[in-house]
Amino acid sequence: MQDILWEELIPGGNHWSGVLRRGNTLRLTDLESGANVSALFYNKEEKLERYNMPDTLKAQQTAFLTLGNVCYSDMGRIFCSVTADTVGWHDTICGVSDAMYIQKKYGKANFQTHRNGMLRSGKDGLLIELGKWGLGKRDLGPTVNFFSKVTADDYGLLTYQPGNSKTGDIVDLRFEMDTLVVISTSPHPLDPKKEYKPAAIKLTVKKTGDVPADDVCRNHCSQNERGFINTERYYAR
Amino acid sequence: MLTISHFKPENAVIDEICPAGEPWMGMVKKGQTFRILDLEGNQAVDTLFYNADNLEERYSAVDTIQRQSRLYLTTGSVLFSSEGNAMATITADTCGRHDTLGGACAAESNTVRYALDKKYMHSCRDNFMHAINHCDCAHHLNMTKRDITANINFFMNVPVTSEGELSFADGISAPGKYVEIQAEMNLMVLISNCPQLNNPCNAYNPTPIQMLVWD
Repeated sequence: MQDILWEELIPGGNHWSGVLRRGNTLRLTDLESGANVSALFYNKEEKLERYNMPDTLKAQQTAFLTLGNVCYSDMGRIFCSVTADTVGWHDTICGVSDAMYIQKKYGKANFQTHRNGMLRSGKDGLLIELGKWGLGKRDLGPTVNFFSKVTADDYGLLTYQPGNSKTGDIVDLRFEMDTLVVISTSPHPLDPKKEYKPAAIKLTVKKTGDVPADDVCRNHCSQNERGFINTERYYAR
Repeated sequence: MLTISHFKPENAVIDEICPAGEPWMGMVKKGQTFRILDLEGNQAVDTLFYNADNLEERYSAVDTIQRQSRLYLTTGSVLFSSEGNAMATITADTCGRHDTLGGACAAESNTVRYALDKKYMHSCRDNFMHAINHCDCAHHLNMTKRDITANINFFMNVPVTSEGELSFADGISAPGKYVEIQAEMNLMVLISNCPQLNNPCNAYNPTPIQMLVWD
């Protein structure tokens, strides 16, 4: 087993940002079942390059992410690859909640009444983190909602699927670029639970090195192979 | 849902043709109705909306999906902004389904989707980049790629199965089909009449569209 570079716990309903380096793998662990991790990705050295939901879905002809999938930037490159997944479905199409929605659904709970137990929306958490890197509303696009599952019927009507993620479930993201990662652990906007009780998660980072020739993500489809070529060209020296 | 409009072209205050493969940018004021007409059929029209009085507020595909629990757009669909406000409502639609997951084609994503040498072809994102630098109505806005977010593809059919498979199906539009949007705020509309030649979204043959606006 590779050495752990660092670990950090994020309480439910909170937010985090940091840089993941090319060749390192971030493991997200659901510590309490029913976690939701809304994530955005930006190129660390040119933050105008960012995660692009439509390009990610089109290239891999999927509406959700699981083992073998990758997260594309809007420049035809790959931020990270899903190299392990005990969940099977991560939502890409629902975005995050905002403050008005959280108050309507769960009631008002601000710092005056609840101190650190106050309720923070997904959008506000992401904007706080984006602000720390000189980014803002113009940079907030569709998120990946790790651990959450929403399906569509023939008419496009969406259904949130409860019980998608259980305590101890993990998803591994191997980073192919030096990436600014911005995270909120607020509830998924379509989660019908009446109580605001989002699960805590753990971040674990390990060094994983070069992508092997028989890599499940690179060989997932010819599109991903080309995405890896584009990414390797960016880092060629 | 299929619904026809009673607006008459002769009463329109704007009536313009956007040629095949070209961008279009313009203002639609609160209360006005905006029609996009697919003149020759099967033409994807990549469209973004901005609050003309506050550019930071813009069309949000995921807010539109999440707040209505629906993937596809048709009559009655509200187009929500990044601030959770209703920007516009689809008030007529003779096509029946429009996409908001497929995004815009780009030179860079062409290399991934088709082949590394498909980069140097016209694309919607290059159209967007051109329009925000050249349209008179955009000069004061200082728009960049930051402002190009996940768009609507009018007349495009991107079905998602219950297993989560996503495909680009043949278009369900036809010559003369149209969609109408009533503006709920002053809108800056940014369009790329899609020039993509590598997939069936334009039936491999991009064609012109007509834009009409009524007070």
